[in-house]
Amino acid sequence: MERMDILVTYDVNVTSEDGQARLARVAKVCKNYGQRVQMSVFECRVTRAQLEEMEAKLLKIMEPDKDSLRIYTLVGGREKCLRVHGQDKYTDFDDPLVV
Amino acid sequence: MTTELLNTLYVQTQGVYLRLEGDTLRIQHEEVTLRNVPLHHLGGVAAFGNVLFSPFLLHRCAEEGLEVAWFTESGRFQGRLSGPVSGNVLLRRAQYRALDHPSSALYLAMRFVEGKLKNSRLVLQRAVRERGETEALSAALAEHEAALRMLPQARTVDEVRGLEGQAASAYFAAFGDLLLSGEFRFDGRNKRPPRDPVNALLGFIYALLTTQCTAALEGVGLDPQAGFLHALRPGRGALALDLIEEFRAWWADRLALSLLNRKQLSPKHFEERPGGAVLLNEEGRKVVITAFQGRRQETVQHPLFKEPVPIGLLPHIQARLLARYLRGDLPEYPPFVGR
Repeated sequence: MERMDILVTYDVNVTSEDGQARLARVAKVCKNYGQRVQMSVFECRVTRAQLEEMEAKLLKIMEPDKDSLRIYTLVGGREKCLRVHGQDKYTDFDDPLVV
Repeated sequence: MTTELLNTLYVQTQGVYLRLEGDTLRIQHEEVTLRNVPLHHLGGVAAFGNVLFSPFLLHRCAEEGLEVAWFTESGRFQGRLSGPVSGNVLLRRAQYRALDHPSSALYLAMRFVEGKLKNSRLVLQRAVRERGETEALSAALAEHEAALRMLPQARTVDEVRGLEGQAASAYFAAFGDLLLSGEFRFDGRNKRPPRDPVNALLGFIYALLTTQCTAALEGVGLDPQAGFLHALRPGRGALALDLIEEFRAWWADRLALSLLNRKQLSPKHFEERPGGAVLLNEEGRKVVITAFQGRRQETVQHPLFKEPVPIGLLPHIQARLLARYLRGDLPEYPPFVGR
């Protein structure tokens, strides 16, 4: 199964009543699939099926009239698409994982 | 056929706690989170020494078939998590029947040893090419040629073991000549416990490789304990030990040699315990595991499929070929022979 790098970003309207709870639930789903690289930005390496599954879970939580979700596919992988400056907390989970 | 190689998480920091956090594995050390890894990146977890697992993480690993294996801090295999029995009962029946059938057991034992001898010969030949002959190297090569010639005439598994044993002792008699750095010596193989750094290193890499072979066999539904070359003994992964024979020299020994000869390992990575046992220390294990993992990702041309495959998948490919042979889908079992 081919895996791809995707970028997931979101805005959750926290001024509304249950905004905080939604924000936490969105973050939790994202954490299950990838890693947080900025406050509301996640990078995930997933299969097509995992992407669909994740998207469906996020759409269940979001309120379309208040929140926003963007999923970018990094064509050719993050190495090709990304220039990072400053703080970088990304771990490549395909590298040797020795703790 | 899976061509995706899921990563193994090696945990060797003492006193860490691994737990399930949603669909991720969280590694904690004294309340501090060291890392969070989404489970879908992992094919297995190898834990060395004092590493704790939460029950729910273990449940999840069993459920999803993640290979969890425990080792002592020094790398000796202790145990493995096994979920509900899976795989194909018909395949396992074919495996047990082959075991009870002297000619097919003999055939498989011969093929595993053939793979081992050819791969060991490669390591020796390469050394001769690069550094010239030594007495021990020539003797070992001659011993391998002789064993390969006599192998097809073996009538019993014991004869096969005899040929393998003779070649192995000549191989290890020459192994010291493959070390370039003056910092290490090798005067023959010893284990349980290893008594010098080179033996400690070999034992540790063999242990890592054995888990890979066990996982590969289980992955296709074979019983890793029911081996053909190695005698059956309760708790011993005889078939995993059969399979690893094809890879010992070509994968493990060459990795050990390159770590020592390129001075990635030095005497400071080893420690001597009272009683004369020599072990890799925490820093040394990290060097070895990182190199081992790196090697798994490298690709080689598979001699049979003529396609590049990651080295880490080779045990899985061999396990699949073995399953096909046992089921009768393949007329021969082709052992892996590197180049």
